[in-house]
Amino acid sequence: MVGFAQRQMLEFDGSPTMVELLVPLFAELYEQTGFTRKDIGFWCSGSSDYLAGRSFSFVSAVDAIGALPPVNESHVEMDAAWALYEAWVKIQTGEIDTALVYGFGKSSAGVLRRTLALQLDPYTMTPLWPDSVSLAGLQARLGIEAELWDETAMASVAQRSLTDAETNPHAVRRGGSSVEELLARPMYADPLRKHDCAPVTDGASAIVLAADDRARDAAERPAWITGLAHNVDPLQLGARDLTASKSATRAAESAVIDDVEVAELHAPFSHQELILRHALGLASDVRINPSGGALTSNPMFTAGLNRIGEAADRIRNGEVTRALGHATSGPLLQQNLVCVMDGATK
Amino acid sequence: MTTSQARTLSAPLRVSFDYTRSVGPTLGAFFAGLRERRLVAGRLADGSVVLPPPEFDPATHEPVTDFVEVGPAGTVQSWTWVPEPVAEQPFDRPFAWALVLLDGATAPFLHALDIPYDDLRVGMRVRARWVNEPVGAITDIACFEKLRDQEDPPRDAAGDPPTHGRLITPVNLDYTYAASPEESAFFRGLEQGRILGQRCPACGKVYVPPRGACPVDGVPTTDEVELPGTGTVTTFCIVNVPFLGQKITPPYVSAYVLLDGADIAFLHLILGIEASEVRMGMRVEAVWRPRDEWGTTVENISHFAPTDEPDADFESYKVHL
Repeated sequence: MVGFAQRQMLEFDGSPTMVELLVPLFAELYEQTGFTRKDIGFWCSGSSDYLAGRSFSFVSAVDAIGALPPVNESHVEMDAAWALYEAWVKIQTGEIDTALVYGFGKSSAGVLRRTLALQLDPYTMTPLWPDSVSLAGLQARLGIEAELWDETAMASVAQRSLTDAETNPHAVRRGGSSVEELLARPMYADPLRKHDCAPVTDGASAIVLAADDRARDAAERPAWITGLAHNVDPLQLGARDLTASKSATRAAESAVIDDVEVAELHAPFSHQELILRHALGLASDVRINPSGGALTSNPMFTAGLNRIGEAADRIRNGEVTRALGHATSGPLLQQNLVCVMDGATK
Repeated sequence: MTTSQARTLSAPLRVSFDYTRSVGPTLGAFFAGLRERRLVAGRLADGSVVLPPPEFDPATHEPVTDFVEVGPAGTVQSWTWVPEPVAEQPFDRPFAWALVLLDGATAPFLHALDIPYDDLRVGMRVRARWVNEPVGAITDIACFEKLRDQEDPPRDAAGDPPTHGRLITPVNLDYTYAASPEESAFFRGLEQGRILGQRCPACGKVYVPPRGACPVDGVPTTDEVELPGTGTVTTFCIVNVPFLGQKITPPYVSAYVLLDGADIAFLHLILGIEASEVRMGMRVEAVWRPRDEWGTTVENISHFAPTDEPDADFESYKVHL
């Protein structure tokens, strides 16, 4: 990992292809790495046309690359963290030694919590249009009833996130107060208050990967990926324990997350951070989401990639040696990806 | 389109489509049951009873074939409140969703509750309320409602499940669709009777409609270029097939017109000439609608019509095909 650039806002005043955001993002990455677009061996993006109603938006977005002569390019309809996974696998095969991974999404163009009902079972769930906030509310109460967490623990997550976001210029929501003050705020999707739910966020971001000497040339202190794995739980919400995350546990086992000092967890709802901390088996001294996390900025299709970028930046600036970035996709933490990075030279 | 303080133009956009799906033997049994007001769950290899039945066992990956009727009463395991319902949910006023553990099932089932906020409790007993004419869809259950004390929930006699093959799910999505800043400049130009393109500062190519970045160089196209209404047909298609929403009676011609000075052709209609007479290289000009009908739309140009000029030489447009 040798470069990371991000942009977030509550409402992007521009087209769903976000070409006008991607061009300056790529320029920033060329500046960071010294690469030009001709140095990039593979381009991979994450986005979805359902978000803003523009068909083939990922094809239009390729304009931002400048694709003549033709480029080696791919796309996933998932958070761009999975595009990073595809690029990493391609690097492992030896076919390429550099890749630029990007994602973009204009959530504000539609009603995001309703649009996300399209990722549910299309026969037995989508026709009822269960919105994503309601599903999270049902999940949160299951955990409260089982005494796995309580409203105070949820508010503590929000309080820490809002406080940490004060130093993150990219956060769209920030400003902590106190757990007591947060608990005094009105319910929204009972038992969730608004600060328990990630803000609807527009944005784009990109990461540059490079192998071996290409990485050493591009960055003074690359964040070396030592483990990258993803796993998935069944789509049927009745066929899995919603208060746990087996897929996150399995991904963490594959990626070997021992000794991480910082973990950036992609938890769009406060109680989901509590599920993930438990599922990943993180020690109590691991610093969680120093960026403020998804509760303070949750651009669809890049919030997961941003967790990896934020964790990598802590290594690249020398703050820590070993860090974890996590991404989720699908309803209620159905799919989970874990990326472990190390600053020690290979 | 609305012109506001924003740098871009935007307009409402509705995307609608019906998904027609066939259901296999597992979901077929579930939907056939719903049509008879019965809840048909699947028994998995580990003994759990799940509603709706998953098509494949998540642990063994075998097809689920062991069906068992559950409910129609059950217990609320979790609930949440929807203060601001979204379109096409079971209720258009604030309501609750619940995970209901139906009697005989081991995993919860998601549906709406018709129970006031202040009465909601985990552990409360509820039963399915059916619509008047079930068709074999998840929406055959209107919602769940309170089960009164001592009440035996009504149930229909169980028979052989009828076969059930097809399910149609309409999807309607509403967006506020924004044009890019470059496209917005193009549409605002059209409102004044001007055709505006942009030139790539790197390769010099002129794009109309303008794009956010030159697809060759990946740099913003910054220089505005006004183009004339005259151009050359590079390639065309005679439309003979009627389709939904068609505005002109076939046959008619849809063509790529390379405006003089542009490097990318522009798709529009060719009228004022027999379809069979249209040819590559034909010189054409824009025919504008009356000025009082103009808006921020490409429809300000009604169509392109032939000029008296001789056809353009193939060499002059071959790189633009």
